[in-house]
Amino acid sequence: MIFKVLKNRTPLGWLQLKHDKMRLLTALSGIAFADILIFMQLGFKDALYTTNTQYPRQIQGDIVVLSSQATNFNKLSTFPRRRLYQAMDIPGVKSAEAVYLGSLDWRNPQTRKKTSMMVIGFDPDRPVFDLPEVNRQLDKVKIPNTVLLDQASRGEYQEVISQIQQGKTLTTEIDRNTVTITGLFQVGASFQDDGALITSAQNFLQLFPRRQVGTVSLGVINLKDGYNLEDVRTYLNAYLPQDIRAFTYQEYVEFELNYIQTSSAIGFIFGLGTAVGLIVGIVIVYQVLSTDVNDHMAEYATFKAMGYRNFYLLGVVFEEAIILAFIGFVPSVAIASGLYRLTAIATALPLVMPVSRVILVLILTIMMCTVSGAIATRKLHSADPADIF
Amino acid sequence: MQNSTNQKPVISIHYLNHYFGQGQLRKQVLFDINLEIAAGEIVIMTGPSGSGKTTLLTLVSGLRSTQSGSMRILGQELCGATNEQLIQARRHNGYIFQAHNLHRSLTALQNVQMGLEVQSKFSRPEMEECATAMLEQVGLGNRLNYYPENLSGGQKQRVAIARALVSHPAIVLADEPTAALDSKSGRDVVNLMQKLAKEQKSTILLVTHDNRILDIADRIVHMEDGKLVNNSTMSMAA
Repeated sequence: MIFKVLKNRTPLGWLQLKHDKMRLLTALSGIAFADILIFMQLGFKDALYTTNTQYPRQIQGDIVVLSSQATNFNKLSTFPRRRLYQAMDIPGVKSAEAVYLGSLDWRNPQTRKKTSMMVIGFDPDRPVFDLPEVNRQLDKVKIPNTVLLDQASRGEYQEVISQIQQGKTLTTEIDRNTVTITGLFQVGASFQDDGALITSAQNFLQLFPRRQVGTVSLGVINLKDGYNLEDVRTYLNAYLPQDIRAFTYQEYVEFELNYIQTSSAIGFIFGLGTAVGLIVGIVIVYQVLSTDVNDHMAEYATFKAMGYRNFYLLGVVFEEAIILAFIGFVPSVAIASGLYRLTAIATALPLVMPVSRVILVLILTIMMCTVSGAIATRKLHSADPADIF
Repeated sequence: MQNSTNQKPVISIHYLNHYFGQGQLRKQVLFDINLEIAAGEIVIMTGPSGSGKTTLLTLVSGLRSTQSGSMRILGQELCGATNEQLIQARRHNGYIFQAHNLHRSLTALQNVQMGLEVQSKFSRPEMEECATAMLEQVGLGNRLNYYPENLSGGQKQRVAIARALVSHPAIVLADEPTAALDSKSGRDVVNLMQKLAKEQKSTILLVTHDNRILDIADRIVHMEDGKLVNNSTMSMAA
C-alpha cells in the first residue's frame, strides 16, 4: 500500500530542488563543507589515537611492566631494573626485557635544523618490537653511536633516505655526540615527536648521559608455554612492589588508548570540531530549506486547498532534506579522501578513510538534514489556504 | 455523492453567521446567510470589496471552519466538522484562484496531475492520461511539458482550470478567475469553465467583479455588507 502510494507520487521535493539550480548548489556546497569539516576532525582524531599508540601496539610481548607513575607512552617515568629481575623469579616468566625511552633534539642531517625525536633503546639481541625491518637491522646498532631512523618522520629526509638506501651511512649531531644513521624503518610521526630513532641500550645511555642503566622505562615480559596470561599478570602485581604495574599486552594498548581519549584534550577538541561542523551544516541546510518553504508558500497553500494534508507537505520538506543529505555527502567523501592524502603527505600522519567512518558521517549527514528539515517545517503551518483565496 | 439529484441542493447554507477576531475586536462579517445551489447550476456572486464574498467562498470550500448556522455541502454538514472531514470535503471541490497558483517547479502536465494525485486512487499512467486529455480540452495539448514561467497569463489560468476540473469535482469554486487577465483571455477562460462544467455536470460558484462575464450565470446573487440581497433560494435555472 505504502509502496503503491510512493510509486504514484510525484517526486515534488526532488523537482523543486532540481528547478532552482542555484539553491541546490548552495545547499550541496554547504553540506559538503560541513561533511568535509567533520571528516577532517574525525580523521585527525583517529590519526592522533593511532600515532600515540603505534609503538605500544607494536610491542612483542605477553606482559608489559610500567612504573606506577606512568600515564602514557610519552610519559612513562622510570622504575628500577631490579623489578624485571624479580619478575624472572615468577613461575611462567620466560624473559623480561628492559626498554629505555627518551625524547631529544637532533639535527636533521639534510636541513641541519633541530627537531624533536623519540629515542628507543633496548638489547639488540632481544627484539621487543614486532617490526621485522628493525629486527633485521639490529646488528647494525651494536656499533657505538649508531641509530636506525624512522623514514616516515616529519620533515625533509628524502636525501637521507636515498643515501641510506644506496648503502651509505650518514652522520649527524645529537648534543655533543656524533651519531651515524645506518638503517631505516617505517612507523610514522606522532604529535609529540617528529620522528623516532631506534638504537641499542648502550647507545641510548650515551645519548642520555643522565639516565642510568638501572632505571628503565618499560619492561617486556614473555611467558613460557602453558601459563595463563591473566594469572601471571595478577601474580606479578601482587608479588612486585607497588612502584610498578603489570598489564597484559591487550590491557596496555587499551591503557594507552584510554589515556588519549580521556586524559588528553584530543577527544574533546576534535569532538567539538565535529559538533561545530554539524551545526554549520544544520544552519546552512535550514537556511536553504526555509527559504524554499517560504518561496513555495502560495503553492503549498494551494495544495492544502486541494485537499492535501499537512503531512504531505512535511513529506516534501523531508524528501528534500534526505535528497540533499545523500547528494551532498557523495562529493564530500571524494574530497575528504583527497584531503586525507594531501594531509598525510604534508604531516606524515596516518590519515585513512575506514568504511565505518564513511557510514558514521553519512548517518550524521542524514541526521543533520533531518533536523534542519524539522525546523524548516515549522513554517509550513503558516501556509493557510484561507489566506490566499 | 456525485450523483446528487436536482431535488437535493448541492450547496445548502442556512442562517450562517461568521465572525473574525477575538474578544473586543470580534467583528461579524457574515449575517444570516441563506443560499441553496442545485446540481449543475452556475451561480455568480458579485459585490463590492470587503462585502464578505471571499469569506463565504472559503467557508463553502472547507478552507475555514464554519462557526454557526448550517453549511451542508453534498449532504455533509461542515459546521463543527473535524479537520479531517474538512480535508475530505476539499477533495470534492475544484478550485480556481485569482492568481493561477501553479507550482513553478512542475510542468503543466505535472501540475494537472497533482489534482488527481490527491485522490490517491489512480495509477501513474492513468493520471498522466487523464491530465493529458484535460490539457488538450483546454487547448494546451502542445504545451504539456512547459513550465508555468514559459506560459502566458491566460494559458496559466487554463492550466489551473484543468487542474481544478481533472478530477471531475462535483463543485467548482472560483474566486475572480479573470481578475489578472485581459478581456479576451478572461472571456476564453470563463467560456471554457462553463463548457467543461456543463460537460461534467459540475456546480459552479463564481465570485467576480467582472461585469463582462455575468452572462454565463444561471443566477446572480449579490452580497453587500455581509448580507445576501436579491437572493431567491428557490432555484429556477436548474
